[in-house]
Amino acid sequence: MTQMLDIKNLHVAIEDGTILKGLDLKIKPGEVHAIMGPNGSGKSTLAATLAGNPAYEVTKGKVTYLGEDLLALEPHERAAKGVFLGFQYPVEIPGVSNLNFLRTTLNAQRRLRGEEPLDGATFMKLAREKAEKLGVSMDMMKRSVNVGFSGGEKKRNEMVQMAVIDPKLAILDETDSGLDIDALKVVSDGINALRGADRAILLITHYQRLLDYVKPDHVHVLDDGRITRSGGPELARELEEKGYQAVA
Amino acid sequence: MSATAETKDRVAELAGAYKHGWSTDIESVFAPKGLNEDIVRYISEKQNEPEWLLEWRLKAFAMWQKLEEPDWAMLNYPPIDYQDIYYYAAPKTKEGPNSLDEVDPELLRTYEKLGIPIAEQAVLAGVKGAPKVAVDAVFDSVSVATTYREELKRVGVVFMSISEAVHEHPELVKKYLGTVVPQRDNYFATLNCAVFSDGTFVYIPKGVRCPMELSTYFRINAENTGQFERTLIIADEGSYVSYLEGCTAPMRDENQLHAAVVELIALDDAEIKYSTVQNWYPGDKDGKGGIYNFVTKRGLCRGRNSKISWTQVETGSAITWKYPSCILEGDGSVGEFYSVAVTNNRQQADTGTKMIHIGKNTRSKIISKGISAGHSSNTYRGLVRVLGGADDVRNFTQCDSLLLGDTCAAHTVPYIEVRNPTAQIEHEATTSKISDDQMFYCMARGLDPEEAVAIVVNGYAKEVLRELPMEFAVEAQALLGISLEGSVG
Ligand SMILES: Nc1ncnc2c1ncn2[C@@H]1O[C@H](COP(=O)(O)OP(=O)(O)O)[C@@H](O)[C@H]1O
Ligand SMILES: [Mg+2]
Repeated sequence: MTQMLDIKNLHVAIEDGTILKGLDLKIKPGEVHAIMGPNGSGKSTLAATLAGNPAYEVTKGKVTYLGEDLLALEPHERAAKGVFLGFQYPVEIPGVSNLNFLRTTLNAQRRLRGEEPLDGATFMKLAREKAEKLGVSMDMMKRSVNVGFSGGEKKRNEMVQMAVIDPKLAILDETDSGLDIDALKVVSDGINALRGADRAILLITHYQRLLDYVKPDHVHVLDDGRITRSGGPELARELEEKGYQAVA
Repeated sequence: MSATAETKDRVAELAGAYKHGWSTDIESVFAPKGLNEDIVRYISEKQNEPEWLLEWRLKAFAMWQKLEEPDWAMLNYPPIDYQDIYYYAAPKTKEGPNSLDEVDPELLRTYEKLGIPIAEQAVLAGVKGAPKVAVDAVFDSVSVATTYREELKRVGVVFMSISEAVHEHPELVKKYLGTVVPQRDNYFATLNCAVFSDGTFVYIPKGVRCPMELSTYFRINAENTGQFERTLIIADEGSYVSYLEGCTAPMRDENQLHAAVVELIALDDAEIKYSTVQNWYPGDKDGKGGIYNFVTKRGLCRGRNSKISWTQVETGSAITWKYPSCILEGDGSVGEFYSVAVTNNRQQADTGTKMIHIGKNTRSKIISKGISAGHSSNTYRGLVRVLGGADDVRNFTQCDSLLLGDTCAAHTVPYIEVRNPTAQIEHEATTSKISDDQMFYCMARGLDPEEAVAIVVNGYAKEVLRELPMEFAVEAQALLGISLEGSVG
């Protein structure tokens, strides 16, 4: 089967130096991968690079997404082609309601794909349904994007966006951190709902905890800018028990 | 021969040299370039004005000749040659395009983005032979305009051009004209008094809540009054009116200098809401061309518990010099000023408001949102003055500046003069930028860089935009995005 995402020998630098130093990763449609690693190992750098953040410069390597050179695309083009990044630190946009933001972005993606925009009523129905499932009230959907939200609320909000946008490849950067156990269950349900034969999920996490609810097919350890070990779900448990130092 | 007849002849003689000759057809009538007493007389004569108004104009003209053009604003422009300007029905310096094919594609793209129908695009772009009653066309002009007029008539609202009002309601015009902006007020206002061509007159009778938003869209002959426009709105006791000025579509206009005067008067318990979207030609990327907009707008809250609210979205013009103000004379009266001023490329704006608290318990609120991009300069200039007799005054001012890029400038110049110790004055000011994080977040969700800027800017301006009447607000939102195009790298 063809790969959904194929990362080869990826090197990424920021102003202060090289962070990713030859990372390889292949993800097939239908799979859920988890990347674990200590703080500062480059997990968010990988996520941001895949989504096209211009602050991260690819100095070497290749990324193919659905047969296409992903790195040649602008961030918004990647989004329209189905790449979604759940941010570790979602950004505040004062004065723009969640609903307005979501509708504007969704319709921008649809336009890029040559689809008709969703009309107001259809959109509202969709947004209401997804928000409800993730325990986000319509009051919150009317508030400015992430302004004054707690850490957990921000993460849930990311999941509402994901559910409405319905991406092909979801890259979730520490979506589980800052969530209490109830919220973690709700969010996990949201992630599981996205699983499907033609989709893939890349979970970036620090803890085993999330993986109890969202069962990964593959687990990778990222250390110092490279994947140092890969395995099945049992690898996550091993990491939890022995710590990164021993495993990597 | 009477003085005016003589003038008419003299002007006719001078004008004879012009290509379009001398005709009684209003369209092609014009006076020669330059300004002197004869021109003032000619303008008055053409409008068939009563003697008192001619005298009023001449008095203003005499004053104007002794005044100096102000230079305190943070604006830089070459000296204006006032003798090189047409003061009456200026002929187009260029022939209008023959069809939309000849119109600047940039302009058409903007119309398209604003969702303006083709027929109307032609009117706005000045295509030859396009229908006269410009924007009405959209609303199925004649029928809508007629229904509209009838409904207003039924409740006694007077809504007409000021030249008509001079004849139909001379007592009202005479009573109020120049009472809020005195003839001597400032250089540009004085000039306007001498040469104003036309404008809008509104009178809302006692206790009437105007049943619809009054818009220049619906006023016949609304086009071509732009250069020295004069507006007078009177809200009698207990009445309410919301007035919309302007158009979100960029207007093709050959006149570089605009000097309008707007006077609002609110009597006891009356409320006037005045909204403007100004989108005149800002000049090209290098600052060539563009309108100079020197406008004097002032509202007088004469009655107790009256209210005047200014909302403006300023995106056009090369130079903007504009301070819509409120004189809060009646006890308990309220003045509000909500402003979004966008400058891009080489545009310069010096705009703000004055709130003059005279009555007791008067309140004012100022929300100003400046957005600068390119090599532009954007200044907020505001005055809050509390007179000695004005007890228990409250003012809240919030002045925010948003910078896009690092070649633009934003300035805030607040003046606060308080002569009564019971006043509570609050002033907040912020300067911010659109962060890279915000840009990336929006783009990662599917917005291109211009859409990303537009949504963040609209959020920033929301407090002002929500004051606009619904339909206007939607257009203004689109306009903000369009005005900032090319401002991200
Ligand atoms: N935008 C940035 N500016 C400066 N340093 C950065 C930036 N992004 C990441 N880094 C640095 O790169 C390293 C990897 O960071 P990151 O990818 O965020 O790691 P992780 O998500 O695994 O904790 C860290 O040392 C971090 O400080
Ligand atoms: Mg991280």
